Formats: sequence, structure tokens, C-alpha cells
Amino acid sequence: MFHPTVARLTYRALLGRRRALLLCALPALLIVVACAVRAMNGADDQVTTQLLGGFALATMVPLIGVIAGTGAIGPEIDDGSVVYLLSKPVRRTSVILTKLVVASGVTVVFSAVPVFVAGFVLNGNSQQIAVAYTVAAAVASLAYSALFLMLATLSRHAVVIGLIYALIWEALFGSLVSGAKMLSVQQWSLALAEKIAGAGAEITSDVALPAAIVLLLVAVVGSSALAGQKLRSLTLAGED
Amino acid sequence: MSTLHIDRVSRWFGNVVAVNDITMTIGPGVTGLLGPNGAGKSTLIHMMSGFLAPSSGSVTLETGGTASGAPAPVDGAGDGERTPPPGTPVWRHEESYRHIGLVPEREGMYDFLTGHEFVLANAELHQLSDPRAAAAEALATVEMEHAQDRRISTYSKGMRQRVKMASALVHQPSVLLLDEPFNGMDPRQRMQLMELLRRMGDEGRTVLFSSHILEEVEQLASHIEVIVAGRHAASGDFRKIRRLMTDRPHRYLVRSSDDRKLAGALIADASTAGIEVDQQEDALRIQAVDFTRFTALLPRVAREHGIRLYTVSPSDESLESVFSYLVAA
Repeated sequence: MFHPTVARLTYRALLGRRRALLLCALPALLIVVACAVRAMNGADDQVTTQLLGGFALATMVPLIGVIAGTGAIGPEIDDGSVVYLLSKPVRRTSVILTKLVVASGVTVVFSAVPVFVAGFVLNGNSQQIAVAYTVAAAVASLAYSALFLMLATLSRHAVVIGLIYALIWEALFGSLVSGAKMLSVQQWSLALAEKIAGAGAEITSDVALPAAIVLLLVAVVGSSALAGQKLRSLTLAGED
Repeated sequence: MSTLHIDRVSRWFGNVVAVNDITMTIGPGVTGLLGPNGAGKSTLIHMMSGFLAPSSGSVTLETGGTASGAPAPVDGAGDGERTPPPGTPVWRHEESYRHIGLVPEREGMYDFLTGHEFVLANAELHQLSDPRAAAAEALATVEMEHAQDRRISTYSKGMRQRVKMASALVHQPSVLLLDEPFNGMDPRQRMQLMELLRRMGDEGRTVLFSSHILEEVEQLASHIEVIVAGRHAASGDFRKIRRLMTDRPHRYLVRSSDDRKLAGALIADASTAGIEVDQQEDALRIQAVDFTRFTALLPRVAREHGIRLYTVSPSDESLESVFSYLVAA
């Protein structure tokens, strides 16, 4: 199912110069802020939760998911080079799964890993907060990658739609409308973090853990299946 | 040996019909798909290469000899009286690409790779047993070894075209589809590619290329399919089509020092079918049936009668009018 050539083409496209810089910016900011907070305030569990939950999980992870998820296939579809990938006897599901592995791998490296580092810098993993948010970020990375990868096969405006989802739905709408929280990758991953962290860490999710796991699975499997279907019947637009 | 069967294929986009009820069979040898820009050539090639579903009809690929029990086509043959075309539908059938090599018209092609990396990746995607050897051979065939370690982003248009060609050849396909392959090539590259395609046709491969330039097609293709405005306008040997094109009536607009005298002198010759004196334009509209004879006749007649020619302009020399004549023929 995993195709090494597809993977190589994908990560080389993803980690091209400009995109790599873009991917580095937010994690670098997170770690710089973490260092500054620790230097000025000392270790504080509540500040750790606020920074990792409020900034890292709510904003950074979805943004990196948008860049990596759409970037794993969107540019290829845009410039037509996806033809070389698809004019081959390679199963479309295998193309999508490989790209999902690469996109979520990149998202984990650029979001979950920095979360782990920042968590240790902030409070030395007291009450398992760093580990809890790292796991949440990793799971969210997979879900965002799958969703945005699918979006890139469906629409040329995947980046814009992804940004709207990441910034407006997850960050703003989710906090105002309680129903929206049920359909939020952030809340699903928080349910995991809640389970892992100590009771005093004050990590809470609006979604119960079993529901969160089911919804995560549905999102990942469903969007990959849809993306594979879409790729099977990808149509070339004529230039004239 | 492979054959592509295009059976009553139409394709529309919303209200626009791009390809209108075309039936043709593309067999071994070089076939030229000729037509003006926007005639539907690309749409047809996209359907032949499995990147577009026909709105109606079917495109099937019949692979000769070693066909591993390809299932009979199920869709596309609604009525009972016609037997469905042989082979397997190309649309949504990845395995077809073991037999098809495609050279798309668009330029996007992983510019961050070197030429060698690109062709090698194509060989690997085909799951060839020795992708390195296959890539080396394909690059040698298009004579791109000298630049194979440069990034594709540094290539000229002709070089890109050759690397695209190498990527399509890497698995030795029995069918090669090329969408406007000569665009942007200099004359030398054009000749090299023609030579290569001719060779592939002689080897018994099914080679189809599209072009809007008649001279290109007649130099290379033994068989021509002409498409105009989505319709199949003509099909057959290039000599036949060439004759249709040169023998068609030519129209000229002529202004001279004495239009009526010139008209009288011209109509005496059999190469002229009709002359109209256009009062508004103050000119003659001449319809010539024998192109070569008329072009020699006109200046001679003018000199003999002491008439000065001010304007001689063909009024329907655009490719479109040539093609629309073919449609009517």
C-alpha cells in the first residue's frame, strides 16, 4: 500500500525551500515563547496548559496541517504534474495513503515534536502535560492531514477553505456554539490529552473519549476513502 | 500490437459540446490528429488516456496477443444491435497504463527533480524490474543524457518535451499518445522527434499525436484523422486529405486599374469558376478552382492586357476555413 516513489516525490515537493520555511516559523515561535515564559515566570502548569492548548493545539497544529495536507497533493493537481503519477498502474488508494503518511509525518515533526519540546521547557512535563499535548497534537496531525488532503483533491481553493476551517471553525466558532465542538478535531484530540494528563492539569474536552476516538477514525478513514475515489476519476482540464 | 477503439464518443461540458459523436479506430503505425485550436483534440486525447470520462460512447483499449483475459467492456454499449467494441474501457482502469504512454501538453512536471530523477521516478511507478536501466535507455532514446543531472526547472521547452517523451517511453508502451508534441520545438528538435515517432510506428506501436499544423502531420503520419469543432471531419491517407485541401475552391479579392477588363480576360480560362464585381468594395471577388494554374494565370493576364494589379489577397486562407471546407466535403 505504501509506495516509496510516491512518498519521495511528495516529501520533496512538501519540503521545498519556501514551504519548509513556512513550516518552521510557527514551531520556532512556540519554542521561543516557551523559553521566554519559563525564564520570566518559572514553571507554571496553568500557563503551560494555556500556551499548549490555546496556541499550539488550537492554532499551530491546524495551520501546519493545512500546509502539509493540501501541499501533499494540491500543487500537483494545480500544475498538472499529477498526470505523471496517475498515468501509472498504481492503485489510487495507495497514492492517497502514501501521501497521507508523508503529510501527517511532516505535520507531526513540525507540530507534535515542538509541542513536546515546549512542554518540557515550560514545566518539565509536570502532571504529564507535555506528553498529553504531544499525543493530542500527533493525533490531530493525522486527522488534519487526512481532511486537508481530501479537501485538496476536491477543490482548487483547498488552502483558503482549510484556513477558514482552522481559524474560524476551530478557534472562534467552536468556542461560541457548543454543537460545533462536537465536530472539532481539536476537541477530539483534547479528549485524549484529558485522559493522559493529571487531574490537576485542567485539560478538558467537550467530547467524551469513546466518541472522540470513533469520530477521529471516521474522519481519517472517510476522508481518505473519498480522496481515493476522487483521484480515480480525476479529470484533466483542457488548456484551450 | 494495440488498438484504441473510440466508439460513438461525445463529451460535453455544461452546454458546450467539445467532442461530438466521434467513432474511429487507432491502430499500429503513426496517426496524426489534425484540427484547428479548440477543435476538441485535447479533449479526445484526455478520453483516450483515461483522464476524462466520455459523456456518451466508449473508449476501449484492445491489447493484442498477450492480452491476459481482459474482461469485455460492460458500459458504453447500451443497445443490443451493435456489438460492443473489443477491449477494456480506459476510464477508471489503472492497468491500462501498462500499455499506454502519455505525453501531456501541459508543462507541470516536478520541476524540482533532475531529468534523470524524473524519468527514474516514472520507471519506478511502473514497477519495472530494473527501473535504472529503463530510465537510462529512455533518456538515451531522446538524447537527453547530457543534461540529465540538471534540474528540470533549468530546461528549455524542447528539453522538457524530450524528458516528457522519455517518461512516456520508459515502460515500452504499445500505445503512445502525444498532445501537441511539437509545440515550442526548434526545427532540429522537431526533426529528431519526428524520426523517433516514425521509428516507433515502424516497430508496430500505436502512435497518435495531435497538431494544428498540416505540414507537421503530413510529414509524419501515414494516416490522418481530422477534427473540426468537435466533429470527425475526415479520415484517411494524407495524400487524399492534402488533395482535398489544395483542390478546394480558393477565393481572392483583387483590385486593379481595370477590374472589368481583367474579369473578362480571367473568366475565359478554366481555372476560374466565377467572378463577382463588388461595387461597394470596388474590387473583384474571384473564385478559382485550380489553385496552381490560377496563380500563374493572374499576373500573366494582367501583363498581357496592360492592367495594373493593386491588391491580390486570398480571402479565405485561414486554417479554419480550410477545415470547414473539409467538413462540408
